[in-house]
Amino acid sequence: MSEDTVRFHFDVDGENFTSAGEASVQVKKLLRQLGIAPDVIRRVGIAMYEGEINMVIHANGGDADVLVDNDKITIILADTGPGIANIELAMQEGYSTAPDKIRSLGFGAGMGLPNMKRYTDDMKIESEVGKGTTVTMVVNIA
Amino acid sequence: MKVSTIAELLDAKVVCGEDKLDTDVKSACGCDMMSDVLAFVKDQAVLLTGLCNLQVIRTAEMMDMRCVVFVRGKKPSEDIIEMAKECGIVVLTTDMRMYLACGLLYANGLQSGHTALK
Repeated sequence: MSEDTVRFHFDVDGENFTSAGEASVQVKKLLRQLGIAPDVIRRVGIAMYEGEINMVIHANGGDADVLVDNDKITIILADTGPGIANIELAMQEGYSTAPDKIRSLGFGAGMGLPNMKRYTDDMKIESEVGKGTTVTMVVNIA
Repeated sequence: MKVSTIAELLDAKVVCGEDKLDTDVKSACGCDMMSDVLAFVKDQAVLLTGLCNLQVIRTAEMMDMRCVVFVRGKKPSEDIIEMAKECGIVVLTTDMRMYLACGLLYANGLQSGHTALK
């Protein structure tokens, strides 16, 4: 992280699904103000939104940090939830452990993590069962 | 196709965004699963859905969509309408079911926008 890095921090509220995604909407606005290219903003927004939804569904919320550098945007989503037992399985499209209630709200199709990988240039998942998960995603600014 | 034409074809009520009915849109998608909507990006400007919650508007905002059509007579709540106004998204409601609504728009020249970003 250089001294030019612009950093945004958000507490993601895990209590209520209705507010899930508020941080991502906010980030989108802030990136627009910074003059970031629309396609980059869209990719950051989608990846972060999916991650935020995951944190609310599975981990009772957590911390979201967005670092804006000259050449890239880094999104770090950290929670202290149950962790992911099998990351390879979780990455498969269509695999989901979300409850039916979440599916009735339009999520839990097993597309979240694959979407996050699809829209970012690099994604790293660190997870320990019973301790939590940290997802770090990078979108390059071309 | 103009958003006003979509409203006419679907016999839809304009809930908010009356000042943006002149917006020209080139493609649409019909879906109730927001994660599936988020999986495909290619200038989809219109989302038709039977899901009726705040995440629909957030999803549309993330995808830079200009118009959301709630099908099957779904009525958006005040907080949904407020968020749509903030995001500058036109909200329409129609009693038509998804298949008919999508079919009418497609038959009148509005394309599918399902092309993956990368």
